Formats: sequence, structure tokens, C-alpha cells
Amino acid sequence: MKFVAGLKKYGIFAVLLLLIIIFSVASKAFLVPSNLFNVARQISMLGIAAVGMAFVLLLGGIDLSIGSVITLVNIVAAWLMVKANVDPVLAALIALAMSASIGFINGWIIANIKMPPLIVTLCAMTILEGVAYIICGGLPIFGFPKAFTVLGQGYIGLIPIPVIIMIVIFVIGSFILNKTFFGRYFYAVGSNEEAANLSGINVKRVKYLVYTLSGLFAGIAGIVLLSRTNSGQALAGKGFEFDVLTAVVLGGVSVNGGSGKISNVVAGVLIIGVLSNGLVLLNVSQYVQMVTKGLVLLLAVGFDCIQKYQKSNA
Amino acid sequence: MVADNMVLQLKNIIKTYPGVVALNDVTIEVAKGEVHALVGENGAGKSTLIKTCTGAVVPDSGQVIVNGREVSSMTPKLSKENGIAVIYQEFNLVGELSVAENIFLGRAIRKGVIIDRKAMVEASKEIFEQLDIDIEPNELVKNLSVGYQQIVEIAKAVSQKAQILIMDEPSAPLTKSEVERMFAMVDKLKSAGVTIIYISHRLDEIFRLADRITIMRDGEKIKTLNTAETDVNMLVSLMVGRELKETYPARMPCIKDEVLLEVNNLYGNGLTDVSFQIRRGEILGFAGLIGAGRTELAELIFGVKPKTRGQIIFKGREISPKTPREAINHGIVLVPEDRKRQGALLSIDIKGNISMAILEKISFCSVINKNKEREIADKYCKELKIKTPDIMQIVKNLSGGNQQKVILGKWLASNPDLIILDEPTRGIDVGAKYEIYKLINLLVESGKTVIMISSEMEEIMGMSDRIIVLSEGRITGIIARQEFNQELIMSYASIVKGKE
Repeated sequence: MKFVAGLKKYGIFAVLLLLIIIFSVASKAFLVPSNLFNVARQISMLGIAAVGMAFVLLLGGIDLSIGSVITLVNIVAAWLMVKANVDPVLAALIALAMSASIGFINGWIIANIKMPPLIVTLCAMTILEGVAYIICGGLPIFGFPKAFTVLGQGYIGLIPIPVIIMIVIFVIGSFILNKTFFGRYFYAVGSNEEAANLSGINVKRVKYLVYTLSGLFAGIAGIVLLSRTNSGQALAGKGFEFDVLTAVVLGGVSVNGGSGKISNVVAGVLIIGVLSNGLVLLNVSQYVQMVTKGLVLLLAVGFDCIQKYQKSNA
Repeated sequence: MVADNMVLQLKNIIKTYPGVVALNDVTIEVAKGEVHALVGENGAGKSTLIKTCTGAVVPDSGQVIVNGREVSSMTPKLSKENGIAVIYQEFNLVGELSVAENIFLGRAIRKGVIIDRKAMVEASKEIFEQLDIDIEPNELVKNLSVGYQQIVEIAKAVSQKAQILIMDEPSAPLTKSEVERMFAMVDKLKSAGVTIIYISHRLDEIFRLADRITIMRDGEKIKTLNTAETDVNMLVSLMVGRELKETYPARMPCIKDEVLLEVNNLYGNGLTDVSFQIRRGEILGFAGLIGAGRTELAELIFGVKPKTRGQIIFKGREISPKTPREAINHGIVLVPEDRKRQGALLSIDIKGNISMAILEKISFCSVINKNKEREIADKYCKELKIKTPDIMQIVKNLSGGNQQKVILGKWLASNPDLIILDEPTRGIDVGAKYEIYKLINLLVESGKTVIMISSEMEEIMGMSDRIIVLSEGRITGIIARQEFNQELIMSYASIVKGKE
């Protein structure tokens, strides 16, 4: 039991280190600065969206619509800039407002109609993906103003801007959880909704906030992705929620709600980034990668549930 | 009693967990056909001892002897084969299956591969006849009351030919009349030669049922007594290891003239036309049977459920709180009856629990003032004498009494005028209860007002200034302190007017 507890606390960093060592040995192309920057850029969208998902899991919920929100934000911002000639900043803000609203609607339905989050966000996932296809007709939208690409491709000093955005979001996420009263409410509602309500916490409002933030952070990830790929695609965020969920659970946020920390989520995000990059470098086929990803999530959730089982039997 | 009459002997049982001696050289002998009560405060080692009999816990050393034969390594399966059955507080029943199917769960009577429902129903009927109980074997278990579900559990044990029946706090979830029926069944089983080990916090039950009583404290057996040779005071002092001079601490008279809360013709949440007043500094007790509407009344006043009609006047102004938050802002708080499910945030630390209701007040631009938070948590930890190494301790790790104090601390921090306590000492051991009583007295002495809901007759009579009795959602009696008596309360509580 002590071993499991220790593994939970530091194991995630050990796993990360192990992966880095394995890939460094297996591929000469892995441990070189250019590739590491590549990994960092690749994970930045994942990291941004992971903070929102971490909040949702803390609350005992789940948000499967993250990938579709990213797609829709991609298409809508691209459409606004290219087809409607909207200023890039304004287009991005409109897209972000939309993603936050989508999150709020998810939260409202979950809090008021008391539908399972899994179903609500699964429906949202399909609906939003459909809407994206309807807008773009399945075709990519490209030709953005040059200034827009800075967000996804630029650097400040040596560091890519997406990485800086990710770090800022991590800091904000950590700040919310550790310093603010509403961050504390996330834990309270996640660990015992009824007791939280009877302690005077407005549980519904907490749910609105958390799902809104999840939508907003997914939206930010979507804008960064759009700027980086320079083209709005109807497949932009496909399957993204899976990687985000895996990273967050690997980072020790319990799927049962109530416990988790942003610092460990960072490690979870890094593991997913290193794993994806390493497997590509080793020329592992895409299908084998899928199998690997599925197994990793299964293991991570399994580990979490074993923990819970042992705790409840202690 | 002679040794060969002993159906169960536990000899020199030792069980240690890291840092704790759960059982220290415990020797207990249970005679065939007796009702043997096991009493002790929470943490005295009763549950661990039971678990050594059922094979759920393997002792470090010692012998378990059943019917004169030593069972060297007890397992749950062996325990069953040796005729030992346990009725736990939580039942192992499947709600969607019928009574008969539950009784024969895992041992269904079959004709070839087909389940013989008829035979199971007949066999169940036979058992119920034997126990003199009337339950329809085809009824789904989920449709039964808690009391009848317990009977199904007992019937299950009987059908398995249990020789030793261990009952762990069997009366806790039952209503008064259900308790009586359970007692009758215990008597029946006893006369049929079944040995019963009876664990309960309620000493009156022990005296009603037990032939002998074993007292445990801090993992040790203190004594086994014949029931006829002891009394409540002796038992309590053996359990806590000290003489309790008085069960209920005295307090200064502190009732003011000001009417703090006035409820007029309140309806809703199962209540019918409820009216009463409470003065500042008063402890108003609410008595009644389970389901009489006491918790429901608390829920209306605390804004958990909406009223449909009537007035709540608090501090001279009419209020109608729609959420607990609104009630808290008015100065009304509730310590709910189910501490673990509704009261404490078990996975959060003491500090976080105590500050939970005032977080927004001690935050500046949403950022919690952590120094202030620590200060407040420290203050109430000291004032309420919460036993813990530090305020960062997770509440799950505290004893029931200390958890209850943490919840009280949370509310005191919000500086309320009216504190509603719903079963404040349920599942708390004797020593900690006394401390809670003293705290309640301190509350009213410092100008707060308390509504106390309790199913323990003695407690409510010992603590209240007045008692209001509810039955079926109506007030059936208001009793002043000088007129308190158990029979009067019971008679009010059993008044049945029928629903409108």
C-alpha cells in the first residue's frame, strides 16, 4: 500500500523519466534540442485543454466535447477571417466566446436537467462536429492574415509562443485551484456534492463555471492550433479529448472526482507528448499507436480505481 | 457455566495494526443458547473481534474454538460452515430480487437446471412461520421497510442453519415498533437454541435482551458480567473507565425574552400546519418516531426544500430561504443527521472544512486569505477541543465525535444565531457525547439558540428546555421541562391522525 501511495505521488515523474531514457536509447533523433522543442510545441494544445478537463474531472464529471469544440473554433475563426473578412483578434474573441458558451450550456444541462455528463458532452461532441462540417462543407479554409500565424508559429526569445501560452494557462489553473475560493469549491463539490450544498455552496454555479472554463480552454487550444496549422480543418480536433483525458488521468486527477493537482497534470501531458513523439520517431504504425494510447488510458484509470478500492477497504 | 457448554471460545486473541493494538490478549467465552452482549466505546475493538470470528481478520496469535474444536485459520467460508452468521448494519440484499430469492441467494433450490421458485417460497414461508413473522416471500426486497429487510437477513441466516448469530447494531436503523419485533425474534431464536452475540450502543436494549455482557475498552476485555448483577451506571463506568457523575452537564439559565424564530402554519415537505416559537438562548428539542417529519422541518427552515404555505419569521422579519446559502446568510445553520454523507467533506482537511462556509468572506478578489483561514481553523480546533495533530489532517481520519466537532466549527465560524442539530450524537461514543453536550451548553450560554432533533429519549430529555413532539408531519405535543417524562413523549409521538 505504501508502495502504491508512493507511486501515486512520484511515480508519474518516474514513468516520464523512464520513457525519456527508453526513447533516447532507441532513437538518436529523440534527445536533440530541435526535437524537444517540437515535443513542447506539440503538447501545448494538449496542455491548455488539459487544465479545463482537470477541473471537470475534479468535479466528478467529464467533458468529451473538447475535441469538437477545438474543431468548431477552428472552422468558425477561419470562416470569420477568410469569408467574412473579420479582424483576426475579433475573430478569435468571437470564437472563444462561442466555446465558453458551449461549455456553459453543457454545464447548465448537467446541473439543471441532471443528465450524466458523459451523455451530455457526447451529444455535444457529435452535434458540434456536425455543425463544423455544415459550415465548411468538409473543405479546409485557409489564407489568414500573416499576423494571425504568430500565435502558433512565433517565438519569444527561444521559446515558442504556444508553449508560453500553455505555461500561462497552467499557472492560471494552479492559481485557481490553490488560491481562490471557487477552486476550493471544485474539490468540495467533487468530493461530496450534497455536503457541499448543505455547506452553503451554490453547486449549480460551480458546475456552470467549470464547464464554461473547460469550453474556454478548449477554445484557446483551438485558436493556437489554427494559427499553427494555418488552415481551418473539419478534422482538427478529432479524437483530441481522448489524449486530454489520458493526460489528466495519468496526472493523477481521479475519475471519481475530488482529488488532483495541476503540477502532476503537467507531467501527464509531458508523458503523452513524449510517447506520441517517440512512437513516431520509432516508425511505429499509426494503428499500433492507437492500441498503445488505449492501453495507457486503461492502465491509468485502472490504477486510479485500484487506489480508490484500497482506500475504501482500509 | 461449564466449559463444555461453550459454543464459541476466543482465547488470548492478539491483533495489531501498524501503530495500534486493536485486540490485546482478549479471551471471551460464549455459552450455547445465550444472548451475549458486547459493549464498548467506538474503537474498543468490538468489530475487530467479530471479524476474527468470521475470518475477515486473521489474528496475530490466539485461538478461535467453535464447539470445542479449534479452527486454526478461520476464513469466511469456514466460518459459515461452522454455523456463524453476521447481520451487519448494511444488508447484503439484492433489492430487485424477491424475499425468497434473497434468502436462497447463491443456494437456489433447483429442479435440474431450473430454479424451483415454488419450493423456495414454501421454504421461506416455513422460516417466517417459525419466527412468527408475516412477510410475503414473493415481494421484492426493495419494497420492504428497513425493518423487514433486516428480518430477511435474519431469515437468510436461519435458513443456513446458523448456530451463532452475530448482530452488529441491529436496532440502529429501526423504528421503535420494529425494534420490539426484532427483540421478539431474538427471543424466538434463543429459545430455538441459537446463540446470539449482540452489539449495541443502546444500553437499555442490552439489559432487555442479554444474559451476559462483555465490556471492552481500548482493545482489551474489561469484564464479563451476568446482566442481573449489573446496572447502567456500572456498565458505563466500565466502558469509559471512569464514573460519570451526571450524564448531562448543567448549564446556566440563558433564555432571553426575544423570540428568535416563529413558525406559523407551515406546510410542505410532508409537514402539516406546523407552528411554534423559540426564544433566544433556548434549546428546543424535537422528538418523534423516525419519519415523523423532524428532519423535514429542519430542511424547510434551512432552505433545502421549499415550503408550500405558511410563515417563517426570523429575528422579527419574514424569511423564505430557497437555498442553504440564504439560510446561512440569515444566521441559520444545520448539522445534518448523516455526518459522513451530508455533513463533513471527508477527503478535505480540517482547515478546509471549517472555512468552507465563510470562504467567500475571507477572500479578497476571489483569493483566499490563507493566514486568516488558518487562524480561524486553529481557533475552533482549540475551542472545540478537536483531537488532531494539526489542522491539515484529512477529516476522514478523525473519529466520529471529532468529525462532528469539525462540522460544528464550520458553522460557528459563520457566527449563526440558530443552530439546528439533527441527531448530533448518533454513532458517537459515550465520552465524546458528553463533550458534545457541553459544547451545546456553551453555545446557548454564549447567546446562540439551538434546535435539537434526537431519537434518543434520554438525550432529548436531558438537554432540552422544551420538547416538541411530531407525528406524521404534525405537532402533537409541546412539553415544558418540568413535565418531561418518557411515557408522555411516547404517547404524543404515537398519535396518528391519518393523512389529509
